[in-house]
This record gives sequence, C-alpha cells and structure tokens, in this order.
Amino acid sequence: MTDPTTGTDPTTETDVTTTLAGVAFPGPVFTASGCAAAGRELAPYFDLSAIGGVVTKSVMRRPRAGRATPRMAETASGMLNSIGLQGPGIDAFLAEDLPWLAERGVPAVVSIAGQSMEEYAELAARLRGAPGLAMVEVNISCPNVEDRGHVFACSPDAAADVVAGVRRATAPDVPVFVKLSPDVTDIVTIARSVVDAGADGLSMINTLLGVAIDTAAMRPVLASVTGGLSGPAVKPVALRCVWQVHAALPDVPILGMGGIRSGLDALEFLLAGASAVSVGTVTFHDPAAPARVQAELAVALRERGLARMSEVVGRAHERPAHERPAHEQRADEGGAHHGRASRRDVVRAG
Amino acid sequence: MTNTAGTAPVQQRAEVVSLRTVGAYAALQLAAPRIGQQAQPGHFAALAVGGPDTPMLLRRCFSLARWDSATIEVVLSVVGRGTAWLARRRPGDVLDVIGPLGRPFELPSTPAPCVLVGGGYGAAPLVPLARALRARGCPVHVVLGAASADRLLGVVEATAEADAVTVTTDDGSAGTRGWVSDVLPGVLDGAGTVSPVGAVYACGPMAMLSAVARLAAAAGVPSQVAVEESMACGVGVCMTCVLPVVADDGRTRMVRSCLEGPVFAGARVRFDAVGMVPADAVRGGVSAK
Repeated sequence: MTDPTTGTDPTTETDVTTTLAGVAFPGPVFTASGCAAAGRELAPYFDLSAIGGVVTKSVMRRPRAGRATPRMAETASGMLNSIGLQGPGIDAFLAEDLPWLAERGVPAVVSIAGQSMEEYAELAARLRGAPGLAMVEVNISCPNVEDRGHVFACSPDAAADVVAGVRRATAPDVPVFVKLSPDVTDIVTIARSVVDAGADGLSMINTLLGVAIDTAAMRPVLASVTGGLSGPAVKPVALRCVWQVHAALPDVPILGMGGIRSGLDALEFLLAGASAVSVGTVTFHDPAAPARVQAELAVALRERGLARMSEVVGRAHERPAHERPAHEQRADEGGAHHGRASRRDVVRAG
Repeated sequence: MTNTAGTAPVQQRAEVVSLRTVGAYAALQLAAPRIGQQAQPGHFAALAVGGPDTPMLLRRCFSLARWDSATIEVVLSVVGRGTAWLARRRPGDVLDVIGPLGRPFELPSTPAPCVLVGGGYGAAPLVPLARALRARGCPVHVVLGAASADRLLGVVEATAEADAVTVTTDDGSAGTRGWVSDVLPGVLDGAGTVSPVGAVYACGPMAMLSAVARLAAAAGVPSQVAVEESMACGVGVCMTCVLPVVADDGRTRMVRSCLEGPVFAGARVRFDAVGMVPADAVRGGVSAK
C-alpha cells in the first residue's frame, strides 16, 4: 500500500500480516460492520484487498427495509444511527455481495443478525462453504431493533445459546467472532459466556444507545428516538472494554473497534489487547480511512521498532520490569498473551 | 466502481479558489480537476468540514452548480456549524472533497421543450442543466422560487441560458407572489404550445418536489426530481439517506438518495411516505417481535 502523501511503502518494513483464530489476513485493519455496506461502494477509494478484510453489514434471513428517517444525527465527535439492519437478506447477499468480494480476493468477514437463535443458526448454515467466507461475526448487539429484549448480548445465557448454534453450523476452519455491546453491567461476564459456548474471538464494541434532541422542533432528532452512538466519542469506552476482556481472557483474540480514526488510535487498541481492528464510523468521514489507518499503523509500529503485530498485542498490560516481582518476570518470558482461543476444540469435543 | 454514465468518483484535496456571496448564500469554488472533468448536471460533491480531527464527522453534500476542467463550484446556505465553517474558508485553504457523486439528470434523446423548477439554493444544478438541454436543441423554461428575493439563486444566469424565466417569492419581493406550484401549470401550458413538453426537472425542498411531480403528472409530462435527503457519507455505505421509491417491478424499496439518486423519476417517489417505511415496502413493517 503506497502512502500517497510520501510515496513510500511503509508496509514493506513491518510485517502487518495478521492472524485471527488461526486464519491469516493481509493486514490488521478491517472495515466495520454497518460502515462499509458489503465493500463494493468503497472500491473507488482504496484497494480493498490490501486491508485485513471487509466486515459486511449484518445480513439477516429476509430482506429488511429498516427504520423510518431521520436515521442519523451528528453528535460531538460521533453520530447516532438507527438504520434498523436494512439489507437485502441472505439470498441476495450470497448471490451478489459475497461473490463480488471473493472474485477480488477480499477476505470477507460476514456479520449475521437474527431475531431468534434459529435464525442465527440458519444464517450460519447458509454461509457454510460459501466462497470468500473468511470469518463469521455474530451481531448479537445491534441496539436498533424494535424489542430491546432481543438484544442477545445483554444476556449471558441467550448470547451463549446463539453462539453455540452458530458455532455448530459453521465450518470448523472458519472462526466465529461475537460482537459485544458495551451497554451491559459486566462485559467480561458476557465475553466469558460466549467463549465458553464456542466463540473463537470477540469483536468489540458495538454502538452505545443514545438520544439527541432537536431544540428547534423540541423533539428527538431520530424518528425512532434512540440510536447507536459511534465515532471517536466512544473510543475510551471501547478501549476499556477491550482492556477488561483481554485482562480476563488473555488467550481470546479480539477484533477491536470504536472510534478509530488514525493509526495511533489503532495502536491503542492493539496495546489494550486487540489482535486486529475495525475502522467504522470514520469511513463516513473519509472513505479511504481503513487503508489510511493501516498505513499509519505500519509506520507507528516501525517507529517503535516493532517488526511484527504480535509484539504489540496487549503490551500495555505488561508492567515495567522493575515493578514486577522476580517470579512474574520469569513467567512472562514465554511471550505476549495472544493467539488462538484454546477453548474452541474443547467445546466442540464436548 | 463507476456509477451512471461511466463516471468514477474521486476523493481529493482541493484548494479553495474563491468564496463569494450570492444573495443569502455563499458560492464556494474549488480546484478539483478530476471532479470537474467528469461532472454532469445533477451530480453532487461531498465535502469534509472542520479540518483534521474535526468533531463534525459527517460530510456535507452539495449539488454541483458550476464546473470546468479545473474547478467545481457549490452553493451553500449556512444552516449549522458545518456550513458556517465552510463559509469561513478563504482562497488557498484546502478541503477534502469527493465527487462527482450520484445519478445525474437524464437528458432527452430527442429535442423537446423542458421546464426546470428550482427552490431556493436547490436551484444550483439548473443552470448547467439548462445549458446542456439547450445544447441538445431543447427549448428551456426555468421557474425559480424562494422565500424572498435574496434567497433566489441563479436568476441572472438562467436568464442568460434559458428561453424564458419565471420567478416566484413567498413574500412577493421578486416575481410573482406565491409558490412555484402556483405558476407551474401555466408555464407547462405555455412551454407546450408548439410541441409537447418533454420533461420537467426539479430540485429543491421535498414539499416543492412533491407538488412539481404531481403537477407534471397531471399535465402528462414525465418529471425528474433531485431530492435533498440528509446524508452521512454520500458514498452509499451508511444507509441514512433512504426514501421510499417504486422500482421497475412496481414494488417500493427504501433506496439511497446518494447512490440510486439524488435524481429520481418524480412518479416513482412515494412523497406521501417520505420519512416512513411504508408497510408495503419490500420487507417494510418488519418487527423484531
């Protein structure tokens, strides 16, 4: 990826190849679900095959028209959206969207969303064997559904049931990541539950539920009143979630997201424990952002003398050597905490 | 990816060439050759506002009002912080701009009289459209309306480009007191005296577009309307700028005004349901329950 401002090719100097749950991706920066459609619309602005991959907008079983407008409100360093999972449905997705990515060699992380455990499992089954499918992201945390009781990510048991069904229906060599909501009392509890149910990794975070009021109309800006808050405004919340979950489950790979707009933002997520990142809302501001962030991240890693992605993941959790007792220093010599989820095979065997 | 007519949108950094006051509006000219060289009437551009690290993440989208092989020009009305920031730019400042975006107006294949209707600064694309139609041998009648004289746009230019211009203002400070929809039936009658009117083109507020589409249909004339839905990205990924439009198969779908529009056949837009998802839309009215 050539940086247009310098004419240099920073990625050749740092190996940015990224492995998530045993699957290799061309880079550490992905699009984010709901911020890139199914990739095609961003093709005029950067080379989709040069980033980690495209995380598609959540696909459901049937076509869906979404919610009324206005669906969007700009807020300070962010925005609220209430799209309501508008999309073509799995049939059209498999016929048109996924083949388009596959033909161009763009790894596809397919986000799925359902209204029942059965719908999630059916979507996973429909994706099984589809060319171009690199990974499944289970969206159990979209806040823009009519019934907040169906936000599976708010219940450890419901989330686990969904994930178990998806894991069973998905090919063994395709990782299943689960997208978590920050709008829960204890995200670690939910994370542990879905990992125990077979999740190979975690995507975090989805949007936070918010409201904006139009002071001229003296009414909510959004037709549906509430919407999901995203953008740089949520970045500290996202980093907190990544931090807490990585601290509790250091072997579980994390796809980190929430307000990333620069390579240094991405680096913060890696340092907090993410193995890769998604660039979402900032794509609305700069459609070339995923490629730009990846190039900036490569430069940032090189400037810090880091030759590989693996050297940085979770590094902020390590205490400086002089603060650590001697036995801990020895225990840590094996390397950083990251890699495949070791629970996966255990769960499947059971 | 290419959109209609083979144009490929580009993102580029563009220097401000000039910023001038036009009545109640500001006309912002940018050095954007790769956009100007592809532009057609009805295309729009999406401008980032606020500079690096801006707290205003969403692009502001504007119809292209003028262009040549080196520049583009948009007309903006200061309505919020983003447009206020744009109105404070000075020659030499650099903006991040994407264009040309959207589906432009379709021009008739054979010469026929055309009526162009613009409301407020929504009239921006009508002057280049009038020029393109005249170049194809179409007689052009332009109707421009606004709340007041200072909010009319393009009267001088339209007078130079078109065969006839009719002006309305809500307060009567210029032209006929009233709305464009008050004068449109008479204009359609007059424009169609020699040969039937081939098309009505309109851009402006949604209520005006609705009235124009209805009056054109009543006169048996096809209309094309450029809608002004609020957009977050302008490039087709955010799904916020949707409105209900009837497709070729007769079914209503929620389509993006940035990619499938902003120009639609007036008869296809469900003006009565803009802002809603009609129950008969494809998978509209779905419930998560």
